[in-house]
Order: sequence, then C-alpha cells, then structure tokens
Amino acid sequence: MTARAQILDDESAAGCATAGGATLVVAGVSLVADLSGALFWEEQSLLVVSDLHLEKGSGFAMRGVLLPPFDTVATLGRLAAVIARHDPRRVIALGDSFHDRRAHDRLSAADREALSSLQARRDWIWISGNHDPALPSDLGGVVAAEVAIGPIAFRHEPSGASGEIAGHLHPKARVSTRGRSVQRRCFVSDGERAVMPAFGAYAGGLSIRDAAFAKIFGTPGFMAHVLGDHRLHAIAASRCY
Amino acid sequence: MSTAETDPLSSALLPEKFLRWFAGRGWSPRDHQLDLLQKARDGRSALLIAPTGAGKTLAGFLPTLVELSAPTSPLRSSPLPPRSGGEGSGVGGVSAHTNAGEFARSSCSELAEAPPTPDPSPPRAARAGGGEKSTAVVAPSLPRSIERRVPNSRGLHTLYISPLKALAVDIARNLETPIAEMALPIRVETRTGDTPVSRRQRQRRYPPDILLTTPEQLALLLSSDDAPFLFGSLRRIVLDELHALVTSKRGDLLSLGLTRLWRLAPQLRAIGLSATVAEPASLARFLVPQRDRQSQAADIVVAGGAAAPIVEMLDTKERLPWAGHSARHALNEVYALIKANRTTLVFVNTRSQAEMLFQDLWRMNDDDLAIALHHGSLDVAQRRKVEDAMSAGKLRGVVCTSSLDLGVDWGDVDLVVNIGAPKGASRLMQRIGRANHRIDEASRAVLVPANRFEVLECRVAIDAVAENAQDTPPLRSGALDVLAQHVLGRACGEPFLSDELYEEVLTAAPYAGLARTDFDDTVDFVASGGYALKTYERFARIRQDKTGRWRVTNPRVRQSYRLNVGTIVEDTMLKVRLVRGGKGGGKRNDRGNDRGSTGAVARGGRMLGQIEEVFIEGLVLGDTFVFGGEVVRYEALAEDQVYVSRAHDKDAKVPSYMGGKFPLSTYLAERVRKLLDDDRAWKALPDQVRDWLSLQRDVSKVPGVRDLLVETFPRANKHYLVCYPFEGRLAHQTLGMLLTRRMERARVRPLGFVANEYALAVWGLGDMSFMIRQGRLDLDALFDPDMLGDDLEAWLAESALMKRTFRTCAVISGLIARRFTGEEKSRRQVLFSTDLIYDVLRKHQPDHVLLRAARADAATGLLDLRRLGDMLARIKGRITHRELTRVSPLAVPVMLEIGRESVYGEASDELLAEAADELVKEATDRT
Repeated sequence: MTARAQILDDESAAGCATAGGATLVVAGVSLVADLSGALFWEEQSLLVVSDLHLEKGSGFAMRGVLLPPFDTVATLGRLAAVIARHDPRRVIALGDSFHDRRAHDRLSAADREALSSLQARRDWIWISGNHDPALPSDLGGVVAAEVAIGPIAFRHEPSGASGEIAGHLHPKARVSTRGRSVQRRCFVSDGERAVMPAFGAYAGGLSIRDAAFAKIFGTPGFMAHVLGDHRLHAIAASRCY
Repeated sequence: MSTAETDPLSSALLPEKFLRWFAGRGWSPRDHQLDLLQKARDGRSALLIAPTGAGKTLAGFLPTLVELSAPTSPLRSSPLPPRSGGEGSGVGGVSAHTNAGEFARSSCSELAEAPPTPDPSPPRAARAGGGEKSTAVVAPSLPRSIERRVPNSRGLHTLYISPLKALAVDIARNLETPIAEMALPIRVETRTGDTPVSRRQRQRRYPPDILLTTPEQLALLLSSDDAPFLFGSLRRIVLDELHALVTSKRGDLLSLGLTRLWRLAPQLRAIGLSATVAEPASLARFLVPQRDRQSQAADIVVAGGAAAPIVEMLDTKERLPWAGHSARHALNEVYALIKANRTTLVFVNTRSQAEMLFQDLWRMNDDDLAIALHHGSLDVAQRRKVEDAMSAGKLRGVVCTSSLDLGVDWGDVDLVVNIGAPKGASRLMQRIGRANHRIDEASRAVLVPANRFEVLECRVAIDAVAENAQDTPPLRSGALDVLAQHVLGRACGEPFLSDELYEEVLTAAPYAGLARTDFDDTVDFVASGGYALKTYERFARIRQDKTGRWRVTNPRVRQSYRLNVGTIVEDTMLKVRLVRGGKGGGKRNDRGNDRGSTGAVARGGRMLGQIEEVFIEGLVLGDTFVFGGEVVRYEALAEDQVYVSRAHDKDAKVPSYMGGKFPLSTYLAERVRKLLDDDRAWKALPDQVRDWLSLQRDVSKVPGVRDLLVETFPRANKHYLVCYPFEGRLAHQTLGMLLTRRMERARVRPLGFVANEYALAVWGLGDMSFMIRQGRLDLDALFDPDMLGDDLEAWLAESALMKRTFRTCAVISGLIARRFTGEEKSRRQVLFSTDLIYDVLRKHQPDHVLLRAARADAATGLLDLRRLGDMLARIKGRITHRELTRVSPLAVPVMLEIGRESVYGEASDELLAEAADELVKEATDRT
C-alpha cells in the first residue's frame, strides 16, 4: 500500500470502497452517493446536489479578485454529466446554488440556456440557502425552504434532526499516513442524517473535525464517504482530520 | 602593498581626508577599490567580483562617500544642507535604527575587516545611534508646514539594495565608522519592512543621502506618486549579493525596478557586488539598460589576492553508511573538530538535519562546549540571541542551514564544516567563505559526507574548488507573474502607455527577450484577468484613459498592490508552542474533537518557532518529531498554532524529509559520472568507497559518462528497475511519475518508486527482466523524451507540485492576495482554493498567461523538467541494461530509501540499520 500510495498519491490510502458510487443509508433509505458529490435516490428518481455556488468567480471579480470566470460553466458541465448518467425525474439543488443574491443576474446567456436545458422535462426544486435566500421565479423550477419526501427532509442548513439531508457545511476530510496527507470533499453520515459535499467548482471545504459537525452528529461515531479519483472511500471520521 | 600616501593612483582618486583616514587605520586602498573609483569617475557601471573578505562593501560605497564628501556637491541646493532633527549630534548623520549595544558586531564585519591590516583596537561604539533617536523623534512631530520650510536635503544620492534586511541594517552600522571618523556630512538611513510609518514618510519628503533597502521596498517606493521626486537625483545604486539575488524572482522584480530608475534618473550608475560566478559577463548585463536588442554589459572588476581555501574531506574512522543524510557515524569526529577549533560553523542542508545534528551534539557534549542552533524557522528573538552570542565570541559552534549562507558577518569563524553533499561547487565556495573573512588568510573547511554517494560528490566538489570552477546557474529569463506585479505597480504610480512600458521593460536584462504578445497578455491579465471570456471589463483594475495611458481604476487596487508586493511566497507556517502534554501520553488520541480546540492541552506556552503547515498535515496527534533541538509530541492544532509537548523518546516517529533543498548541480553531476567512469581516479577515494565501486564493476557495471545504466532484478516477490541519471532528486521524482505511467500501460504493474539525488528505483509485480528479454518492454521506448508530451500533460493536471507552483504564480501576479485589504484573513477562513482555480483554468483556458508562468517555473523549479529533458536527450540510444539476480551494490542506497518510507511508527534508525545490513549482505554475498 505504501508503494501504491506513492504513485496515486492523491488516492486515499484507507477505507473500503465500492466501485463508482457508494451506498449511503439515511433513516432506512438507501441512496447512491455519486463520485461527483451528488446523491441519487433511485426509487424516487431524485438527484440532489448541494452548494453549487454559481457565479462565485464573478462575485469575487466585483471585489477586484479576478478569478477565472469559468466556474459556472464548469459546475453546470459536471451537473449535466451526472444528470445524463442518472436521468432523474426530479432534481433538488440543496441551497447556496448561487454564490450571492445578485449572482443569478450575472449568469451568461449561454449558462442560463444550459441550465434551462437541464431543467427541461424534469421537476427542479431550488432549496433556498443563506447565500441565495430569495431566488427569482424566472430561473425555472420552484423555490422552497425545504422538502420532505418519505422519512427524509431536505434542507440547506443541517439541524441535526433525524432523517435530514443537508448541505451548507462543505465537508472535507483529510487522511494522513506516514507523513503524507490527502484532502478531499466527502459525504458525512451516521445512518440517521447526512451532510452533502459542495458541488460548485470553486466551493471550498470545512474539515469534518470542525465543531460544527460535532454539533450535528454528536461524538465522532460518524463516517466520511470521501470522494476519491475513482471510488468513494468510507472512513471513520475519527481517522480523519 | 604601498601605503596610501605614496601611491599616486590613490591620491588621484581619493581626497586627502580619505587618504588620511586609510593611513590612520594603517590601511591602504585595495586595487579593486581604486578600480571602482575610476569606473565611477568615468561614469561607468561596474560589477565587482570578489570573494568574501575582500572589502567588497567599502569598495561599493567609496565612490558615493567621495562624491558626497566634496564641499560643494553639484547637486546640492544650499551650501550646507541644514537637516531636520538631531543631525547636529555628531554622528555623521548615520541613522540606522539600531541600538548602540549592537555596534560591537560591526567590528567583525566585512567592511571593518576589509583591509589586510586591520586596526587592532575595535571602533568606539559610544556615539552610535544617538543621532537616530533625535531624528526619529523630532522630525515626524514637526507640523507639516514647518517641515516644508526646512530647506531641502540635496536629494537621494545612493540606493543600496540587499537581499536581507538584516544586511541593510548591518551595512548602515558599518558605514557609521568611516563617516563618523572622517566627519563626512552624509546621512544614511535604512528602510525595511520594520521601518516605522513615520520614518518612511519622512524619508520620502527628506530623503537621506544614502538609503539602504530591499528589492520589495524599492518596488513600493517606485509605485508612489513622489517616485520622480525621490529618485530624480539618484546617482548610484549598489546591489549587494547580486549573485544570490538574480537567481530568483526577486531578481526579476529588482531588474524591473532598475528599468524604472533608469527612466527617472538617466544619470544613474550601478555597482554590483557579487561572489564569483560561472558567467560574470552575463551577470554584468543586469546592471545596465539593454538597448536596441543589443546586449549591453557593465565593466567587470575582479578582486584578486584571495588565498585559496583549504578543503578536506573527513577521513572517517567509522563505517561509511550506505544511505541517509544524518552523518551520525561521524558525530564524534565532528564534535572533536568543534573542540579543536575556536569557532566552527557546521552547515547542514535542511532544517530537520540541523535539528537532529544539534540534538545529537548536545547529547554528547561532555565538555559543555557552547554550541548553538540557527535556522530560518526558529523564532527571530532566538536567532538574534544566537547571533549576538556568536559576535561576542561566546560560541564554539553553530549548527546552521543556508539561513547563514548570506549576509551578516560572523567574526572569528576559523572552520566551516559542511555536513552532507555540497550540491554545487559555487555554493560550497560561498559557504567556505564564511570562515575567516580576512582575504589573505586561507579559509578552512571540512566536508563530511553522510553516505557513500556523497563521498563521490564531496570528492569532485573539492576538485572543483581547487580549480575555482563555478557552477552558478545562468541568468534567468524574467517571469511573467513578476512582470504582472510590476505592471500593476507602474499603474499605481504614473499612468503609462503600453508601447513605452514595453520598451522600458526590455531594458531589463532578464526581460530583454520578452515577446510583445507576452507583454500584452500580461497587461490584459492585470487589467481584467486576461480571460478568453471577456466578462470582467467592468471590473477592470487598470483602464486606459483618453490618451491611452493605463491607470488604476480605484484606490483599493493601489492599496491591495502595496499590501502584496514582493515575490517571496512562503509555505503557510504554523507557530509551534511548547505546552505540557495532555493525558494519554504517546497514544494517539482517538476521541476526536481535538482539532480546532486545544482540548486537554493548556493554551499559551513558549513559542519554539514555526513549521510548515504541510508537514503538520502529514501527522496524526501523538506523533513525535524533532523541533527546536528536541523531540516533541504533536498535541493539538488551533488556528495557526501547533501545540507540542516535550517527548522523552530518543527518536522521533516521523522523520521529516532530509534530502537537500537544492538539487545536485549539473556540473557536479557530470564530474561524478566522470569520476565513476575513470577507475584510476578511484584511488583518491576512501577504501570503503573504492571497494564498493569495484564490487559494482564486477557484478554489474559502473555508470558511464554519457550513458544511462539500468538494472533490473527480483527481490522478495517484487521486481525492481533501478537507473542512475545523477540529475537530482527533483528531476528523478518527475521521471518516476512519468515512467510509472508508461510502465502501467506496458502492463509492468508498477507499485511505486523512490528517488534520491543519484538514482531512481521503480518496483512492480511484473518481471521486468523477463519482459525486456522477451522484447515486451523496450527500454529505449520507455525512456524516450516523448514522455514529456502527453504523459507529462496528464500528470500535470493532477500534480500537487504543479498546483503549488501555480499558487505561487497566482499570488505573485496579484490574482489572489496574500493579504486582503484592511484585514488579514484568518487561516481557517480560506475563501477559495487555488487548486480548484488551477483545475478550472487549465480545463477552460490552458494557454492563460498564469499557466504559462507556472509552466516556466516547472521547467526549473519543483519539477525540474528542463533538466529531465536534457538528460533524456543525452541518453537516447545509450541505455545499458544489466539483468541481475539480486540488488547491486550501487542500488543499495536508493533501495534503502524505500525502507525509510515504510518504517513509520517504529524507531527509524534501528530499523534502517537492520534493513541496511540485510541489503548489504545480499549485495556482497557472492557465493
């Protein structure tokens, strides 16, 4: 394993893995955690993505930090790919879909069109987040504060309630071994509730060992499902940093 | 040497006052000092090449002192410049902001020791600093209107640029002596990052005669509105340690600053001070404007007369290790050297080596010798204490890193010990020069190789020193990210026209070959990001006015530029604090929630120094490592503080990387290959090493001068390929990355690789010997230079080293701020990651100017692509393959590096020794 870790030095060295996606059970419901960071509920034909942070680049540009203006294209491109793979009937964007209140105004015509074509022929639900609390109606889809389907409640900010799937925290995990370390986005779950990784191209991350996660999950008896290059890796949170 | 009074050349060039001063100290001016005076009189810029101890600094300043000593300087606006504040206090106006107590240090400095027969009595320190106090206090407190009425000074005459702010401060102190003793009406001031705002403001209104500063401060001054006023009068610029400055992006920044100065002050002449370099003619180009696509160069003055250094290799009585960098085998002998000399500087290549060596020496220090530790990560106060003790002659030995390669002189050092490989001939000569700064006495140095390969390297380095062969790198071509910073700085000052700025930039030697498209792309980048998607025009940072001149669009841009100027992008450092250990002793803390809180560990604690965040990220709580000269345990991390406790283990669990920071120079590598190739030359080597090589010759082959030896052999269910390019660890690592990709495709099923300075070992499940025999694995194809095409591209997409390189470019170019205006963001509130930006940019605009800049860096930096390319071209069609049944003697050292990787969690040295014995037995067992 030492040797392997050197070649693929950003492939997590620990944890068991399921090829491609991994199964995540939340409150008795089996979901597929996709390698892209999306969550797919097969029975419901529902795809969930969180924290797209569209137009984060231009948001920074407004303040003089001229980040490359390709983040929306990149994020929508990855979203299109995962939608093509699962062809869901319904899509939930779990909040902070836009980086700031005016971000949707800055969408280019081409990006707006790309978004529309993703929304065509499927239900699209924008959950509002703290970055985008008041989305306009002309974006297509419907806007909601939260959505409950069966035993699962989808909302942006995690409250710690049982059966909750949330985003907001941008979980990432770092695994260190023999003086090397790898840091990746991850799903976090303890079987009763889950926090999704951020999907946006420029979205940063918060360590799952931050107190914010302890508040939701209690003691670190929860698992990180770390997004590797080719697989997800389920690693005990206590093994991560 | 004749005395000053009778030397007609001296009296022609030096005023009476100076001749008397020289004579009064029992000195006479050196030839190169007079040469520089003559160059100055002729209006020529000059490069002085001189070893340390040649009185370089005084030589650099003599023309200035002479010009400013004239009773009626042509530049002077009033007969005698009345000065603000306490200039009358009789210090000759020197106002380096230092305290008098430190003055004693300058007595052992290069300047004071310059002439061959120094005055035995130390300079008097009594008056030092007095003038400073009154100037600093009085001037800023004057109401603005009164200040304006104070008759102006005659303007800035000389600018001195040093790579180290400590050096600037030290030089100021040293200039005090001649200025005070000759009672010259000259005001000297320093300006560094530590200079208080009030003094900076005063300096801009009432420039001193001589300003001592750094490249970054020069850039800042040039970006201000009053730059034309400040620099219009400038006559001379002295660039110290030029050989060191020009090898980095700081040199690029300085070269661009020079172009501006040449525009503002056409009368400006430069004096460069440099250690001996491989290509003085190319370095001399740096000092003068390049014009009309023609190469222009300053005159070169070479100081002669340096005594040849005496360099030996430690002839150890111990068994020479096969691998490793600690040189622990020679510990007793190093200790004996320290004991036998007055003051010894012990250089090692990395901070962790310094830590370990210091700890080991301390353990065996039965004589209570005063031995200290000095490296760049130690707390500044701690370092200062060591330096002061050193100057006071209280130390017998200092274990140090390249943090002491440059700068402040250290007094009576009579021996330099260099542990490990010297890496480069010039680098070694400069280090040796740290011993004994008196030019006519030979410096003494002892090289202590830490392993057998290093013996070869030390041997050829000693030969190179004897031949005075230099291997400093060629002058770099200017980086585009630095250019971007300069363009923004220019717009912060006077608005500029693109055409004019392009012509101005071309006068800088590193940028003389800059293509107009690169320049235009850079300006476009500074303006609105330079993206193919033109969506940021409305957010532009600089914009053209009606006359076509670029100017900043708002004051925030200017503020941000000032906060982020400079080219040194350091790894994120964390402060290390020593606290009392938490419960649970050495056990790893599995209870969690310790990250982001200090848990059972008390806050506060004594500050030990700083450590790279990347190192800490590789640790788990409870791991031990060596820091500040002791073994400590990682207890907690909170914000930017690492809490550690004292561990009582003898060895640290996690060894930090211990190779050299600098790769083996191409020149020494070639000499090592020549030495290997010529077995008659082996007689100069220790017996153990000669036997090792003879054995290699018998069982395999000794690598040749131009070919590449590749060995394959099985070992413990795996198959190994070892090759010996001798191109340095960085290039070997890149080669390893690319080779394993290709081997994967060739179904060799590689598992990993390890590289050192001399060799690369790759291992896998496939039987490489068999595959080569069958023709299924073609070594010529495997090592074909075309690996620098698609394979490289694919790897660069995900390479952590490339991402780090990109981040540096992003910061220097001003794309992202090291500091945001107004506040310093806390580490944990990182707003975005440059890795993510790299991914997106690479995919959507692969030819963006920043990616081009990062690629240019990768050619010579962490990936060393250029060297890899040169090597692959050299060995094309010259691969010699040896199929072996077991590991060869030459392969043992690199194979032992594999051991290093897998000893985690164990006492490393014991295990290494065990592994070493196994391998050695296998290699030497000939039955």
